[in-house]
Amino acid sequence: MSYNWNWGIFWELNPEGTGTYLDMLLMGLRWTLAAAALAAVIALVFGSIIGVIRTLQHRGLVLAGDAWVEFFRNIPLLVQLFLWYFVLPELLPKAAGMWLKTLPNASFWTGAIGVGLFMSSRVAEQVKAGIRSLPRGQSMAGTALGLTTAQTYRYVLLPMAFRIILPPLTSELLNTVKNTSVALTIGLMELTARTRAMQEYSFQVFEAFTAATLIYLALNATLTFLMRRLERAVSVPGYVTGK
Amino acid sequence: MSNSAAPMIEMAAVSKWYSPQFQVLKDCTTSVDRGEVVVVCGPSGSGKSTLIKCVNALEPFQSGTIRVDGINLSDPGTNLPKLRARIGMVFQHFELFPHLKITENLCLAQEKVLGRSREEAMAKGRALLDRVGLSEHAEKFPGQLSGGQQQRVAIARALAMDPIAMLFDEPTSALDPEMITEVLDVMVELAREGMTMMVVTHEMGFARKVAHRVVFMDRGEIIEDRSKDEFFGSPRSDRAQLFLSKILAH
Repeated sequence: MSYNWNWGIFWELNPEGTGTYLDMLLMGLRWTLAAAALAAVIALVFGSIIGVIRTLQHRGLVLAGDAWVEFFRNIPLLVQLFLWYFVLPELLPKAAGMWLKTLPNASFWTGAIGVGLFMSSRVAEQVKAGIRSLPRGQSMAGTALGLTTAQTYRYVLLPMAFRIILPPLTSELLNTVKNTSVALTIGLMELTARTRAMQEYSFQVFEAFTAATLIYLALNATLTFLMRRLERAVSVPGYVTGK
Repeated sequence: MSNSAAPMIEMAAVSKWYSPQFQVLKDCTTSVDRGEVVVVCGPSGSGKSTLIKCVNALEPFQSGTIRVDGINLSDPGTNLPKLRARIGMVFQHFELFPHLKITENLCLAQEKVLGRSREEAMAKGRALLDRVGLSEHAEKFPGQLSGGQQQRVAIARALAMDPIAMLFDEPTSALDPEMITEVLDVMVELAREGMTMMVVTHEMGFARKVAHRVVFMDRGEIIEDRSKDEFFGSPRSDRAQLFLSKILAH
C-alpha cells in the first residue's frame, strides 16, 4: 500500500476557506454537540412522560404509550430520518410543506428531533422498568398518605426510579451522541460528515478518521465520567440496589 | 359529617374478586368503633391484608359498602386522597421513602397534602420521632436504620397526619424477633391513648393485651367477630380453634 502519511494535514488550510482542516472538524463537532444536546433533552422529556404513562392504571394511555414505543423503536433510525426529512413535507398541506423545506438548518432540526424521538422510545422502556422495579408498597404508601397519583410519582416513585436507571441512561446518552452521525445522510454537516469531507478534499483518510475516532472517544469518555459523578452525587446512603 | 355515635369504620357485605373464579373476600361485615382496637387474624391467604387495604381504598372491591367516619368510599363524590390522608396506615415492609431523610419522610405528606409549613411539619415530625424514641436518627436515611426503627418511623409518619384511625397491616411480620417488642410497645401505648386501630397481626400477646375485639378470617370470610375474652376463652369455630392451637403451641 502506497499511502502518504501526513499528520500535519490538520494545520493545513481547507479548500472551503474556513480555516484549517482541524477547524473544519471542530465545526462538525459543534453541530454534533448541538444535535446531541437537543436530542438528549427530547429523549429524556418524552421518554419520561411515555414511560410514566405506561405504568398508569389507564388502558387508553397505556396503549398510546405502547404504540409510541413500538413505532419509534421498530423502524430503523435511518428510515425515520428519511421519513421526517423527505416524506413528511410532501404529506403536509402545500404551505406547511414548503415552510418545512425552506426552514433554515432544516437538516439540524430534523436530525436532532428525529434522533431524540427515536431515543425516547428506549428511555421510555427504562423509565417504565425503573418504576416497575420499585416495591408496590411504595406507591401504596404514597397513596395511603393522601398524595395524589401525580404527587406519588413526583415525590416517591420517580426520584428512586431515576436513580436506579442512571447507569443504563448513561448508555443511552452515549448512543444519542453516536446516533447523530446518521443525520449526515440528510445533510447535517456534523463531525462524521466533516470527516468524510476532509477525506475527500485531502485524500488523508486514515488521519481524518483517526481524528474523528479520538474526538468521539474523548467526548463519550467525558460524558461517562460526568454521569458517574452524578450517580455518586445522588446515591442514597444505606440503600442497597438489587435488594 | 362525622357522627360520634356511628362506628369509625363500617364494612357491610364487602366482596372482592381477582377473577370471576377467584373470590378473595366473601361478604365481609364488621366494624370498628371510635377508640376501639380490633385485631384481625387468620391463616395466610385468608384475605386479612386485602380486607384492611379496602378500608382506605388501596384495594378496590366489587360489592358491599365501606364507610369511614360516615363517608362512603364508593360514593363517586368522595375525595379519596383527602379521606386517606385522615387514615394512618402502617405496612409490613415499612415503605419509608428511601431517598428521603427521616425528617423528610415525616414532613412530605404534611406539607404536600395538609399544606403545613416546613416549620410546622418539622416540629410535629420531631415531636413524634421523640415519642417513638428515635430523635437522634432524624437526619439519617431509612436504609441506615434497623427494621424495628424503620417501622417506628413509619408509625410516626402516619401519626404526623393526625389520623382519625390507624390501620396496621402485619406491622411486625417482616421484623427480626428482637425488634418486634419495640414496635409493639409503640402500638400498645397508642391503643391505651384511645386511638382507633385495626390491626392485622399474628401477635396474640398484643391482641390479649389491648384488643377489644378479634376478627378471625379464613378463605376470604369472617368466621368469628367477637370480644377478645370470648375469642380467647372459647372460639366457636373449629377453624379458629385449629389456628389458635397452631400459633399458641409454643
